[in-house]
Amino acid sequence: MATTLTAPARTSRRTAVEPSRKRRKPLSPARIIATVIVAVLAVTWLVPFAWATVTAFKSETEAAAAPITLVPKSGFTFDAFAKVLQQGNIPQWTWNSLFTSAAVTAVTLVISALAAYALSRIDFKGRKVLMTVIVASLIVPPPVLIIPLFYQMVSFHMIDTYWGIILPQVIAPAMVFVLKKFFDQIPRELEDAALVDGAGRIRIFLQVVLPLSRPILAAVAIFVFIGAWNNFLWPFIVTNDSAMLTLPVGLQTIKSAYGIQYAQNMASALLAALPLILVFLFFQRQIIKGISTTGLAGT
Amino acid sequence: MSTTIDKRQAAPAAPAENRHEARKRRDRIHGWSFMAPFLAFFGLFLIWPLIYGVVMSFTGKSLTGANSSFLGLANYAEALGDADMWHSLGNTLYFTVISTVPLVLVALLMAALVNMGLPAQWLWRLSFFAPFLLASTVVSLFFVWMFNPQLGLINDVLGKVGLAPVDWLNNPDVAMWSIVIATLWWTVGFNFLLYLAAMQNIPTAHYEAAQLDGAGGWRQFFSITLPQLNQTTIMIVILQVLASLKIFDQVYQMTGGGPGGATRTIVQYIFEAGFTGYRLGYSAAISYIFFGLIVVVSIAQFAVTRKRSA
Repeated sequence: MATTLTAPARTSRRTAVEPSRKRRKPLSPARIIATVIVAVLAVTWLVPFAWATVTAFKSETEAAAAPITLVPKSGFTFDAFAKVLQQGNIPQWTWNSLFTSAAVTAVTLVISALAAYALSRIDFKGRKVLMTVIVASLIVPPPVLIIPLFYQMVSFHMIDTYWGIILPQVIAPAMVFVLKKFFDQIPRELEDAALVDGAGRIRIFLQVVLPLSRPILAAVAIFVFIGAWNNFLWPFIVTNDSAMLTLPVGLQTIKSAYGIQYAQNMASALLAALPLILVFLFFQRQIIKGISTTGLAGT
Repeated sequence: MSTTIDKRQAAPAAPAENRHEARKRRDRIHGWSFMAPFLAFFGLFLIWPLIYGVVMSFTGKSLTGANSSFLGLANYAEALGDADMWHSLGNTLYFTVISTVPLVLVALLMAALVNMGLPAQWLWRLSFFAPFLLASTVVSLFFVWMFNPQLGLINDVLGKVGLAPVDWLNNPDVAMWSIVIATLWWTVGFNFLLYLAAMQNIPTAHYEAAQLDGAGGWRQFFSITLPQLNQTTIMIVILQVLASLKIFDQVYQMTGGGPGGATRTIVQYIFEAGFTGYRLGYSAAISYIFFGLIVVVSIAQFAVTRKRSA
């Protein structure tokens, strides 16, 4: 465990977001005012959630009635949730999102880590050129590629398939650089010792480098997963069949199909929001750390 | 074991060179093998479409399959004379300007307040950052409901304090600002986290020294915190501008580009030219005009950063 922690500790940004306990001072008037302002902001930020929740627990008639009520006066009801789960494809879409996001994350992690290791450690001809090309590719905005990629997917017969959703999302040059930067900081001596012992590159990568890189791999995985889970534009373009939609894309069709079913709209939105909010509540620290480490390089 | 070592020490110059050569060759094979999976995807789903898109932009390729003849620069010429294209581009730049300012300033304010060592830090981080985890569609559903002219919470509150209701999404003068409000709510938490991380990296010794010199909270913020955050601010602004230029999701979902094209952005125009108008070639041409804009903005920002750090 001690060795695991030495490598990350070198990156200054890694430990940054820990709450700074040592700076807890007594409450001065300035800090009381600051707390009040922050509290007001935080409450404001929670309002859309709260309002959606209240609406989702109303009956459809009450949700559509003016003047609006802040507490359902005919009592809380699960009708909207029940209706949405019966009619819609929400369970199927959730599965599609889960499966494709997990696949995107796994493939991205494997190919990016391998590439980052080569760029960081192996001295081979062409490395500099590859670095330049990959850096340059960061400038390409994904929307520019949708037209040719769509056409490509048609000729690959990948429209309305998981392949079509997953494959174009696995290229993450920014993540390659995040990983490379981390690998650069692992002391070379650790590998040299293994090399002298006659271990091959693959074994060194798997048994020396990867175990030391767990924190950064987790950070990259979280970042890629959130991105894939919430991606709208690409899945929207490559899917048509209602059974193949991801959750964000499916919700868009619900909105137009149900029209003015406000309680059901909010119930669907909350159901779609739930998985990542739960994940966040459980892994808050890791996620925040991950965003802070990979954030500046990402998107 | 000892014999092996003896042999190595006794090895003449030539085999050593061979070993060096062998190592170089091995490194080359290893290097390219480790790169191979990434490069395969990179080539297939980034480089190839990037090149093929250029080819498409020179043709009349359409979704219906008809007429994919070579047109030269005709698509580009048409795009440059297309008032809707310029309008969408203008909307995109307008959104970029009016969204970047609050997305940076509010994030800074939030981080500065939370960083004063307030109690319950996790709670503030949770509420500011949680929206970032939502899909754009969820955000749009929330805000279309909040912005509802008759039944929405916002107009209800406005009514209670005696203000006139606003037609948030259907008034062409207001709609883009409504998108900014929704976007601010959605993504400011990301910039907030980056600022907070940077602030907590500022050595406390700086503040202790300032305190000894009798500098108050405001003084400390303006003469220590802000200057120390310079690099972070530049990075956040650059990322934000590039992200805002690419805006599509929330606009498409909340207003569909309306009313009357008042919020239609360039990415939506690319999408519509290709998938509603079936004109893939024309759409590809607009994509590359947009790409050109991104390249220009990136180079400008790069130049500014270089100047400042030099």
